[in-house]
Amino acid sequence: MTPPRFFNRWLLFAVVVLVIAVFMDDDYYYTLLNFIGIHTLLVVGLNLLLGYAGQISLGHAAFFGLGAYTSGILTATCGVDPWLALMAGLAVSGLAAFLIGIPALKLRGYYLAMATLGFGIIVYIILNEADGLTGGPSGLSGIPSLSLAGFAFNTPRRLYLLIWIILGIILALSANLVNSRTGRAIRALHDGEAAAESLGVDTFRLKLKIFVWSALYASLAGSLYAHSLNFIAPSSFGFMFSIKLVTMVVLGGMASIWGSLLGAGALTVLPEVLTVFHDFEVVIFGAILMVVMIFLPRGLVRGILDLYESRRYKREGGTFPV
Amino acid sequence: MSLAFGGLQAVEQVSFGVTQGAVKAVIGPNGAGKTTLFNLMTGFLTPQAGRIVFGGEEIQGRPPHRIARRGIARTFQLVQLFDHMTVLENVMVGRHRLSRSGLLAGALQFPWTRREEKEIRAKAMEALEFVGLADRARQSAAVLPLGLKRMLEIARALASAPTLLLLDEPASGLDTVETERLQDLILELRRQGITILLVEHDMGLTMEIADEIAVLNYGRLIADGVPRAIQKNPEVIAAYLGTDWQT
Repeated sequence: MTPPRFFNRWLLFAVVVLVIAVFMDDDYYYTLLNFIGIHTLLVVGLNLLLGYAGQISLGHAAFFGLGAYTSGILTATCGVDPWLALMAGLAVSGLAAFLIGIPALKLRGYYLAMATLGFGIIVYIILNEADGLTGGPSGLSGIPSLSLAGFAFNTPRRLYLLIWIILGIILALSANLVNSRTGRAIRALHDGEAAAESLGVDTFRLKLKIFVWSALYASLAGSLYAHSLNFIAPSSFGFMFSIKLVTMVVLGGMASIWGSLLGAGALTVLPEVLTVFHDFEVVIFGAILMVVMIFLPRGLVRGILDLYESRRYKREGGTFPV
Repeated sequence: MSLAFGGLQAVEQVSFGVTQGAVKAVIGPNGAGKTTLFNLMTGFLTPQAGRIVFGGEEIQGRPPHRIARRGIARTFQLVQLFDHMTVLENVMVGRHRLSRSGLLAGALQFPWTRREEKEIRAKAMEALEFVGLADRARQSAAVLPLGLKRMLEIARALASAPTLLLLDEPASGLDTVETERLQDLILELRRQGITILLVEHDMGLTMEIADEIAVLNYGRLIADGVPRAIQKNPEVIAAYLGTDWQT
């Protein structure tokens, strides 16, 4: 990305976010945008792991849950300051990712997929069973809101500002990362692990770092989620949600920061708009995942652009407009 | 600098050295164990017996990235480029061992990180200019023709400023013009003091540029010496060369 274009995207983003905050009044749409924001945060983290580094995590909801419950339990039950609890959540998720990652990433093949699948289920079971700590299946309520210097983020509009400013910062950091030395090393290990190793890239350590990094994003999203709804229940953090996250990554576009926003946005809004989703949610997400992987494996935006390019190629008699 | 080892079943009791600053070729029929040799030397395989000594230190059994950080770079028999990155980005990865910015630095973009990034880009462009690919810097690496892909892989290896460069069949799939360019390139690298070890089947190229030649057959070393001696060696002629290479 050339510097001027880069600068304009962020400016546009900031302008759009602020304009909405000033002119929109509908709490329903703010709540929807808050969900989109939280989902985007999750999806960007997962995209760094799945799209850029090429490592599969089938239990990302677990880190989302660890962040949410650490924040929830520490603030509601123990009266800890919400921001400190958020930090604690990051520490818990980061440590968990580190501990799972070490054995899972040392081995070749799909061991990380298996390990994260198992971890996701374990966390879900613990959240349900340890009801003394977590409130069990009926959930944990009474979670306070976040506040900054007396300004409490306790309305949808205020939460919107909090979430989208944080998201903006995270998106910028992620875009920076992708174009940096580490970002190139990550993309290299996906394209050719042996070649990357032969150039001095410690692929194991890098995979571990990016796994922990993506777990931190999920944890942050979880804490924000807990302090937005002021209530959390295990049902939000199960296997189905992990699959939804993967679908959002795939739909928006693997290895695309802005694609993450698109994927999260589309698959957060769609269930709201199409009520048929309610009964067939699992089936529809599965179908979307299949269709995209078969027909548009690079995601919606790149897939459509590619289709357009190849149609032009055929129309112009086989000479590629380079 | 010397390299000596004996090893795996695919490579049996092979022992030889590479003189610093020289161009040494390893030749032999397919399946003789030449690429296995490279994989042993770069840490992708561990020998069951024997040592590999580089710069006075033993490196056998060490992970590939550690060996690479000591200044050994390689290319692969089947070109392994990073297809989802541009030509320039591929070479910039070559600078990895000579740069420091980690994950946090990359995300936060400290001033020293930006300076380092400029340097990485500049050095990468230098490597591209050396192999003649500078004008294609922004192209996707995936769309290059094979000859240029091989050049790109060499540029990427060169960006890591190696003292020892291992080239695995660099002339494979190249036409006459491209092979000549490769020859000039290798000779220029030797002039710059880089030690080069190459596996090759192209005998024209090999005889032109090699100071020493080692010959493998069925995993065993059957000859090791100057090109003249190798050309006259009856065992080598029988196993591989034929009689066309008498000078």
